[in-house]
Amino acid sequence: MSNWLEISPLDQIPVLGSRVVETDNENIAIFRGKDDNVFAIKDSCPHKQGPLSQGIMHGTSVTCPLHNWKIDLNSGEALGADEGCTNVFETKIENGIVFLKSPA
Amino acid sequence: MKQNLVLIGNGMAGMRCIEELLKLEPEKYTITVFGEEPYGNYNRIMLSPVLANEKTLDEIMLNDEQWYVDNNVTLIKGNKVTEIHRARKEVVAEDGTTTPYDRLLIATGSTSFMLPLPGADKYGVIGFRDVQDVDTMVETAEQYKTAVVIGGGLLGLEAANGLMKQGMDVTVVHLMDTLMERQLNEPAAKMLQASLEEKGMKFLMDHATEEILGDDRVTGLKFTNGTQVDADLVVMAVGIKPNFELAQSAGLHCEHGIVVSDTMQTFDPNIYSVGECVQHRGATYGLVAPLFEQAKVAANHLAELGIARYEGTVTSTMLKVTGIDLFSAGDFHGDDDTDELVFHDASNGVYKKIVLRDEVIVGAVLYGDTIDGTWYFQMMKDETNISDFRNTVLFGQAHLGDAGHGDETRVAAMKDSDEICGCNGVNKGEIVNSIIDKKLFTLEDVRAHTKASASCGSCTGLVESLLAHTLGGDYSEAPSKKPMCGCTDLTHDEVRAGIRKLGLKNHEEVRRSLDWKTDDGCAVCRQATNYYLLCEYPDYNDPQSRFINERAHGNIQKDGSYSVVPRMFGGMCTPADLRAIADVADKYEVPEMKVTGGQRIDMFGIKKEQLPAMWKDLSNAGFVSGHAYGKAMRTCKTCVGDSWCRMGTQDSTGLGIKLEELTWGSWMPHKYKLAVSGCPRNCAEATIKDFGVVCVDSGYELHVGGNGGIKVRVTDFLIKVDTEEEVLEYAGAFAQFYREDAHYLERTAPWIERVGLQKIKDAIVDDEANRKALHERFKVSQKPSQIDPWKKIADGAEANEFAAIKVTG
Repeated sequence: MSNWLEISPLDQIPVLGSRVVETDNENIAIFRGKDDNVFAIKDSCPHKQGPLSQGIMHGTSVTCPLHNWKIDLNSGEALGADEGCTNVFETKIENGIVFLKSPA
Repeated sequence: MKQNLVLIGNGMAGMRCIEELLKLEPEKYTITVFGEEPYGNYNRIMLSPVLANEKTLDEIMLNDEQWYVDNNVTLIKGNKVTEIHRARKEVVAEDGTTTPYDRLLIATGSTSFMLPLPGADKYGVIGFRDVQDVDTMVETAEQYKTAVVIGGGLLGLEAANGLMKQGMDVTVVHLMDTLMERQLNEPAAKMLQASLEEKGMKFLMDHATEEILGDDRVTGLKFTNGTQVDADLVVMAVGIKPNFELAQSAGLHCEHGIVVSDTMQTFDPNIYSVGECVQHRGATYGLVAPLFEQAKVAANHLAELGIARYEGTVTSTMLKVTGIDLFSAGDFHGDDDTDELVFHDASNGVYKKIVLRDEVIVGAVLYGDTIDGTWYFQMMKDETNISDFRNTVLFGQAHLGDAGHGDETRVAAMKDSDEICGCNGVNKGEIVNSIIDKKLFTLEDVRAHTKASASCGSCTGLVESLLAHTLGGDYSEAPSKKPMCGCTDLTHDEVRAGIRKLGLKNHEEVRRSLDWKTDDGCAVCRQATNYYLLCEYPDYNDPQSRFINERAHGNIQKDGSYSVVPRMFGGMCTPADLRAIADVADKYEVPEMKVTGGQRIDMFGIKKEQLPAMWKDLSNAGFVSGHAYGKAMRTCKTCVGDSWCRMGTQDSTGLGIKLEELTWGSWMPHKYKLAVSGCPRNCAEATIKDFGVVCVDSGYELHVGGNGGIKVRVTDFLIKVDTEEEVLEYAGAFAQFYREDAHYLERTAPWIERVGLQKIKDAIVDDEANRKALHERFKVSQKPSQIDPWKKIADGAEANEFAAIKVTG
């Protein structure tokens, strides 16, 4: 069964920045793009598990703070010549509130 | 509706342009490529290794036929374009078909120049230009013995070497009395000739061919001095001739080649041209590096971005003959206004000559030891003033104090298992294989695919040398200008100049006014631009464009935790300070502590959400941030000085505290360290710091540009001053000049090597007014920087950055 979890008002997430969501099992990074598009991705780089939430966001990707891998926020895939993939999650915005589809 | 783009010439320059265009605008054009040869696009500079049996044709293919299919590009091979109808905007091929174009790109390249000698049309007389020539040579070598190469230039010698490898007896005939006279001076040319003779090559110098002898097939050559020589094969390698007949017949303006503007446009605005067929500002080029630069510019205009300009290329040359190292660039003959530095060791086969004009390298010839060719070439392009290391420049970059790789810079002699990149554990074999298998051309490609030199960058020179050795020589990476990143074609200096000239106030204005290719930039340009903006406007800050360390004011560790280092001015502390730190460590259960090399205490393993509370406690105890995480002023290391030490000459700790009080909190292009030693024994290691003071009995020696990191570099002596006030003024002025002039992520050591110490002296030693103005600007920039960021956050600023959102489910 899937249900939507209420996360945060959109304006509490910086533009081109992120917040960390701590769930029972794992940390999920919520990113907010320039056009208020929102992405959710497991907060762990496929390379050496760096916290992607702490990276710099640009377009629809984020650069991992540990070793500069670029990760596509839509697919979780590593970009460029690197190979690897991490989980992404569905999000939606309703009345200015960000929801995350429960991974459970 | 897509437009039609037609490319005439399926060679390296034209196809490079198509690849660049597909990167910029993949959907804009329907692309058709006409190629005369029955292959995909291959790497023409690698024909010599193919002839020498060192590579196969498959290994040198750049775009195989599948590539054209995958990229929706129509390749019409083995069909020559015979006519361009400019009025109807279409091209007519040999078989009569017509293809319409909206934009036309002509990249017809060049052909071997064939001497118009009697008998030049005989069977067995060829040029050295394409796969067919190589096939002819290989077939001839199977049946015949004797080959003559006319032309003792780069191409001729490579052809001769290849024919020898095919088992032929080869004689090189040259009009002049020294080889490669366009690239080499006499001593180097003689050494080259001697090494080639040792390999078995024969030479007839100072010989002009009068006639080619034989019936249907060539049998020999007759010279103007009346002598003759036998030959079963004659290879003419006397130069190349740009192919512009097609363009000329279409009425395009041509001189020695197709004349183009700085945007690679011909006289017809719908027609562009790149490659060896082109004449730009009076020059034609036969090397790959300039052709690739042209391709990039043309692609930019075909994509209608309209901002790139080609301004000509300074080229360098290397000879691709295995076992012979030769490098040449620029004006190596010199004139009355130039100086030459020469190193000549005949028995060891080493010759180096550098030509200087006003202390700037304008040309170089290296033979036998070419490892520093790329370094000299870079300095030549950067116009670096070398007066400060003129005495040692011939001994190479390693002699400047490269402790990291000094002994292992001969990449050719290295074993495949030897490690090149220590950060990422990449050895020579892996890099060479990637370059060959993945067809890599540039340093950026190698970094992306192997990670070699992608971390600390200290092995960049080695990787560049490996590229040059593997690709063979006449390709020289290091374009004349290096863009900041893939988001822009502008260099660091150009972006900075743009910000200043146009008064750009924020990231969006920079990207919009300077025509960025991406909406948000990337991690590289955002951080650099952020620094340039805050250097101009000290209050400026965009947290989302800063590396996490500077956003969270802590140093991110491999497990995602942070470290906390409170500042201890000059390394001095009291029992109360230490007790306060110990209390904080207990309260937050800090897993590990360490005394740092910067004379303060590091607490490791702190979770991000703990940081604000910890900083509040530290702030209440009187500490401020140590900026151990930032591209910022870090520490001022001191020795005890004359208050305790029996050798001390001045109060080095007192001065160190004053220097740290002046400079703490300052954002810099890179990390920045100071030190003060109380006497020339230099216990504080001031001569490997960015700004070091060595106290002497009569005053203070000031040293700049030292580095104890990746590449150890001893400081340059700047000046000796008499008072502490002067030390502080110089410290502020030097810091500000570095802040305003260096590139982001360039430490003082490489900055000084790039711009030359003289520039620093001119700015702050010889110009008192400028020194005082710089010092004043530094103090202004320090006002917002010395509001402690830890205290601000402890008081509630940027709370969202540190608080996670907790949900259940």
